[in-house]
Amino acid sequence: MGANGSGNGAAGGWSPGLRESALFDRNAIAEIQRKAREGIYDIRGFGAKRKVPHFDDLLLLGASVSRYPLEGYRERCDTSVTLGDRFAREPIELEIPITIAGMSFGALSAPAKEALGRGASAMGTSTTTGDGGMTPEERGHSDKLVYQLLPSRYGMNPDDLRRADAIEVVVGQGAKPGGGGMLLGQKISDRVAEMRDLPKGVDQRSACRHPDWTGPDDLEIKIGELREITDWRVPIYVKMAASRPYFDVALAAKAGADVIVLDGMEGGTAATQDVFIEHVGIPLLAAIPEAVESLKDLGLHRKVQLVVSGGIRSGADAAKALALGADAVSVGVAAMIAIGDNDPALEAEYAKIGTAAGFYDDWQAGQDPAGISTQDEALAARFDPELGGRRLANYLRAMVLEIQTLARACGKSDVRNLEPEDLVSLTIEAAAMARVPLAGTKWIPGLDEDD
Amino acid sequence: MSTETALEVVDLSQTSVRELNQRLHDAASGGPQAWQVVHPGGLHSIAAGLDAPLDVDIDGHVGYYCAGMNKEATVRIHGNAGVGLAENIMSGSVVVDGDASQSAGATGHGGLVVIRGNASTRCGISMKGVNIVVGGDVGNLSAFMAQKGALVVCGDAGEALGDSIYETHIYVRGSVASLGADCIEKEIGEFHAGELSGLLEESGVDADPGEFRRYGTARRLYNFDIDNAGDY
Repeated sequence: MGANGSGNGAAGGWSPGLRESALFDRNAIAEIQRKAREGIYDIRGFGAKRKVPHFDDLLLLGASVSRYPLEGYRERCDTSVTLGDRFAREPIELEIPITIAGMSFGALSAPAKEALGRGASAMGTSTTTGDGGMTPEERGHSDKLVYQLLPSRYGMNPDDLRRADAIEVVVGQGAKPGGGGMLLGQKISDRVAEMRDLPKGVDQRSACRHPDWTGPDDLEIKIGELREITDWRVPIYVKMAASRPYFDVALAAKAGADVIVLDGMEGGTAATQDVFIEHVGIPLLAAIPEAVESLKDLGLHRKVQLVVSGGIRSGADAAKALALGADAVSVGVAAMIAIGDNDPALEAEYAKIGTAAGFYDDWQAGQDPAGISTQDEALAARFDPELGGRRLANYLRAMVLEIQTLARACGKSDVRNLEPEDLVSLTIEAAAMARVPLAGTKWIPGLDEDD
Repeated sequence: MSTETALEVVDLSQTSVRELNQRLHDAASGGPQAWQVVHPGGLHSIAAGLDAPLDVDIDGHVGYYCAGMNKEATVRIHGNAGVGLAENIMSGSVVVDGDASQSAGATGHGGLVVIRGNASTRCGISMKGVNIVVGGDVGNLSAFMAQKGALVVCGDAGEALGDSIYETHIYVRGSVASLGADCIEKEIGEFHAGELSGLLEESGVDADPGEFRRYGTARRLYNFDIDNAGDY
């Protein structure tokens, strides 16, 4: 979506007689007009832009007389987390409870992938490949690299599988539950084409279903094959979009996943239909309690680790996700912003392609002035992977400090000791979804007092 | 690397698949190169992830993902094969005397898969360079989104053959129930005749290359065009 989609940012004061429709606001009108001109749905990147119940609707209850806080900056508050110790001989040991989500070489430039690896490694955490396989730069700069097994199997090979520190079987993505993907031809450089075994310039469709398994019973056998190929060395994650998390998580855990990665509807994407991004799936706030309940019902909470993603921006978001029962969070859009996406310093460049810093979401188009979501060599050359890596590390460091600050204030010596009891909700909707009481009450809509 | 020529026999009624696969993987750095697996009993992931020019004979039926992601090894299955035979094969060859279930050779990047009997649905789905020769028929949606390599079918093909195909070459001797989106019949030129003859010879399948017809991409759906929306 270009300038039309950025209508909210347009100037224009109030004038007598001008009343904007709540339903047919400027975005809705512009989109109707665009459809009428072009006859096709809008494809874009980024994540959901609509307002949904979110972690902003929750508050943490700091300690007071009834609870005892820990001293900020002095008393230890552990942030490490182990992922995948259910079956794998070599689980992933993270120093912080924040990972970098899967993003492909192809969607992102090679220097951008390098920056993600550099930043994650500096902070002792993992980064993740995407559709299109593993590049040497990415492997070389990522101390802990999660290798995705996607339906397309572009670039999938057993050598990289054995080189990976964990394998993530991707069933779905929060931005498009039930949908596949498309890397448009303009982003298919010679290198991307070679890695994906397709001609240059051809739209590369990523299927919505795996080619060699179709249901949870098959998934169990597929996970078994991956363990056999890697001699049971590395953890196997299963990534899914948040739609019916109670059942989906139970089936994935029963199928033998070491780790569940749960991606809420707010989750980002390099390219998909706007109607998918905004209208399919459920918010992460609602998904985590269902997933945790599912794991608890199986006796597997904390044994099968839960990593959640989708709209995580800050240490506050992460702390609240952990308090709801997640073991770690994952960031994608925020990581891209941290390394330089939507940088106001590039305002003039954004204007040239009809958008503006803070609004740019045409990640599918390959024209990214920041050199991140592009395969254009000249644009990618603008991007400094060392600087990007430092900025990502800074961002993650600040997030961790925020999580620790909040956890200590709640009296926790480990960030994963945060719990639902530390939370209240500001809205009835968020109280019902997150299953924490409305602030100032004991009321959790949908739950009886006996629950 | 030291190698041994003696035949190593593994009985899967006495030994786990895990132990077998570990020994086969360890053989990449030395040890027996010729293996015979008996009593496979339809177990899954037998000989998955091989990474050396081993020679493996399996006497009986195998379950899912036999010889998955194979590299360099030659695996012969003297029986039938379950779902995902030789999925994502990189090189080497996998030969099945009997029939193969769904998704045989799925996403394979290289090497050769030979199925002397029939193959079920989605044979060669998303294939990326592997060559597949089927002595009998293939089921619906075979060569779906197939990118590279060749699929040779000596019998008949089911519905939607080659749906959304990219650059894979398909050769069928018998009937085709229907072609999928963007898949059309094409002429067999000199290159393709040679490719077909070579694959039949390499796979040891007795069939007259002159009886085959070729199918491939029309390249109309390579870049999204709203005027083709009804064809997807």
